[in-house]
Amino acid sequence: MQWETVIGLEVHAQLSTKAKIFSGAPTLYGAEPNTQACGIDIALPGVLPVLNIGAVERAIKFGLAVGAAINSPSIFARKNYFYPDLPKGYQISQYEIPIVQGGSVTIQIGDKAKIVRLTRAHLEEDAGKSLHEDFHGMSGIDLNRAGTPLLEIVSEPDMRSSAEAVAYAKSLHALVQWVEICDGNMQEGSFRCDANVSVRPYGTDKLGTRCEIKNLNSFRFLEKAIEYEVKRQIEILEDGGRIIQETRLYDANEDETRTMRSKEDAHDYRYFPDPDLLPLVISPELIEQIKQQLPELPEAKRIRYQGDYALSDYDAAVLTTSKAVSDYFEVMVQSLPDQPKLCANWIMGELIGKLNKENSEILNCSIKPEQLSRLLQRIIDGTISGKAAKIVFESMWQGEHAGDVDRIIAAKGLIQVSNQGEIEKLIDAVLEANLQQVNDYKNGKEKAFNSLVGQVMKASKGKANPMQVNTILREKLKG
Amino acid sequence: MLGQSLKYLSAQLNDKKISSVELTTEYLNRIRSLNAKLNAFITINEALSLEQARMADQLIAAGNASPLTGIPIAQKDIFCTKGWLTTCGSKMLANFTAPYNATVIERFNQIGAVNIGKTNMDEFAMGSSNETSFFGPVKNPWDIHAVPGGSSGGSACAVAAGMAPAATGTDTGGSIRQPAALCGISGIKPTYGLVSRFGMIAFASSLDQGGPMAKSAEDLALMLNVMVGFDERDSTSLQREIEDYRRDLEKPLAGLRIGLPKEYFDQGLNDEVAHAVTQAIEEYQKLGASVIEVSLPNAGLSIPVYYVIAPAEASSNLSRFDGVRYGYRAKQYVNLDDMYKKTRTQGFGQEVKRRILIGTYVLSHGYYDAYYIKAQKLRRLIANDFTDVFKRCDVLMGPTTPTVAFDLGEKSDDPIQMYLSDIYTSSVNLAGLPGMSIPIGFGKKGRPIGLQIIGNYFKEAQMLNVAHQYQKVTDWHLQVPIK
Repeated sequence: MQWETVIGLEVHAQLSTKAKIFSGAPTLYGAEPNTQACGIDIALPGVLPVLNIGAVERAIKFGLAVGAAINSPSIFARKNYFYPDLPKGYQISQYEIPIVQGGSVTIQIGDKAKIVRLTRAHLEEDAGKSLHEDFHGMSGIDLNRAGTPLLEIVSEPDMRSSAEAVAYAKSLHALVQWVEICDGNMQEGSFRCDANVSVRPYGTDKLGTRCEIKNLNSFRFLEKAIEYEVKRQIEILEDGGRIIQETRLYDANEDETRTMRSKEDAHDYRYFPDPDLLPLVISPELIEQIKQQLPELPEAKRIRYQGDYALSDYDAAVLTTSKAVSDYFEVMVQSLPDQPKLCANWIMGELIGKLNKENSEILNCSIKPEQLSRLLQRIIDGTISGKAAKIVFESMWQGEHAGDVDRIIAAKGLIQVSNQGEIEKLIDAVLEANLQQVNDYKNGKEKAFNSLVGQVMKASKGKANPMQVNTILREKLKG
Repeated sequence: MLGQSLKYLSAQLNDKKISSVELTTEYLNRIRSLNAKLNAFITINEALSLEQARMADQLIAAGNASPLTGIPIAQKDIFCTKGWLTTCGSKMLANFTAPYNATVIERFNQIGAVNIGKTNMDEFAMGSSNETSFFGPVKNPWDIHAVPGGSSGGSACAVAAGMAPAATGTDTGGSIRQPAALCGISGIKPTYGLVSRFGMIAFASSLDQGGPMAKSAEDLALMLNVMVGFDERDSTSLQREIEDYRRDLEKPLAGLRIGLPKEYFDQGLNDEVAHAVTQAIEEYQKLGASVIEVSLPNAGLSIPVYYVIAPAEASSNLSRFDGVRYGYRAKQYVNLDDMYKKTRTQGFGQEVKRRILIGTYVLSHGYYDAYYIKAQKLRRLIANDFTDVFKRCDVLMGPTTPTVAFDLGEKSDDPIQMYLSDIYTSSVNLAGLPGMSIPIGFGKKGRPIGLQIIGNYFKEAQMLNVAHQYQKVTDWHLQVPIK
């Protein structure tokens, strides 16, 4: 039987507020345990939550960016369960009425675009951390993270493969950073995914029984976990078994998912509206104000790049995968307004290639867009060849000569030879030494021409202007 | 000085007739002589109280006194008080010294009042007799075989017995008004949202409201002036203009329209209480008030609705007492679940566990709509009843409790009977309205009777006026049980 995979994602994005969602304690990552938890975070008797409006504004910003409705009022609810790193014995979340309802995200699969619908996004507080090592049979509790604001973004089950799920997660990851509501740092847990995975026979409408895979903190784990899970479910179904709805954990070491708890063991969270917090009313003025602050969104930029810069859909899509990339591109075209394609090629080719290879990010890139523009300027004005430019690029990456393009060109002696006389000399020498190929060319073998160009370039140590070499060589061979 | 009004004590302090240290010492001596018998206080800390008194004397000497500067106030042990044991009447917090001040405590500290001690209470404010306290029951100073009421029984007893001129209480379903009635003192629960709940250990967040307990309406006004105020640390706190609750005390009552809800005079009402209430109403008519009968058709639902909503919120509010971070933890356990179970089994008393169970049940999957949601809808109806009757009258009056104080142990094994002692008070919390109780006489055995006055939202000043005018022509509030 042919099986269809159905995936929905729940993403927890940590909102980039300085203070926690219901207390004034700082949200800074990596502090000594329990030094960033105030009386409210540790749930002393008698303390009360007060909502941080910064978290609300970020949620609204997200909602507007995905074209969702902003509910007013939305309601904070208590999710009750006992765990040592949950100080109050309940998590303040939103349940029946979330702040953000609906909306969608467009993903790119190869050259096809696909729309993934969002169910909702709601505000909630994070729990602390339980540390099970180093305590000799006991557990340590660190409540620094308790009360950190999260936006839980829930998609519809619209994805049909691990590739789509990853594309969606990446797209969302880029978007939350694009609108500056989350730093997107996956190592620090600022962006975490849970995947709901099920399979069904192709052509059927009814959803299969799903399993939820928790806490996938990298795109690679997300992909591998889904692939493993799909395979596991198909095997069970093909053996005549049935899927048990449960929560599973992905073990990256074993590359498998394992039962965490079954539906029968699932908590009854006894959600009810939190009587300590009033219904969250959002004025149309606030929404309007946030709308004004919203940067140009990836979708709009992508369309504009195709129009303004005559870039292909593919180029425009790649350049708008993140705010950082598009910012980089825009700084470059500002100084090279006639060369958007050249800029795009260098960003998408050399720059992103190098970043990927070095596992680095454009934001931390040592080569600033102004420097890269300057390098391209030197290709355009004929100072160096495209080939030499790649050598300069490498040198800039290494930070040689303070990354100064002109100093690198000079130091490496890469200035292109465009002097007619010098090139003629080089050509004459090559022609003399390669009579056979000259004859071949004259007898109609075009290949021989390329070989001769190569020889000239080699003789110039790559510095000869290849266009000039071409022209002069053709003329000389005519004679 | 014992048994004197706040106004009198304030004048004595300001005229330097007595110092705060002397006054505080006098009250501490009184507490020392009576507390073993009455058990009104859980914690006395003479050093801390006297330290505050010394500071108050400096304020007075510097001419920076406000009306309650230097006056000893008993604080219900539900308010977190920095450096003081704050137990909430529970074994769970028997070892808990609060690291911060509740807003209410802070407000008293700011004006230089003296904390004379932390008063006994039903465990986590759950009870109507003060018998659920881990620290033992409080005795009614009028009759030590009788309960003082609850949950603010320690505060009521302390004021009635002259161990403090005034005290704080909290009222979730009647916990200020019922013990005030049973101990023959005055008490007011303000409109929900006027007194900050920050630092007040939560029982049922949407119903809890702090308020004062004192001998007279005039004293309550002085206390309210300190306690009421917007607090940004409590999201349900209301931002309103500051009022002087004394401002209307002397207004004549001619033209006042008193509504008598017929549901408050049904067969559940004891004859001697009914008689005293009738007499009090007659007194009001003499003062120029008119009386009309009104109806609160959904009043009968208040106890069932209350006993869904309050336990629901409590079951969640009390989850933080898990033995992990502070408070009681079981001595022996084999794993995490076992630690939770043993800690909470041993740390909570019977009534608290009963309410956690009820609350957990009504919030459970499959029961939530039938209980919690339905109760919320009925709560709205109960509140609407009041809105309707306040179109036709200024205040409502009726008995605070169906009977005078019952005997210790009389109802402690019968939760339903116990719950019914809040039958006339809990609807006020469900509606968020202000309610008060003032003493209006005694039953045959000499146990006090209270009149409940219910006002419309934010009508505290008017209610205090209504109470004060009655107290000007009667002396029930001046009666003392122990000389």
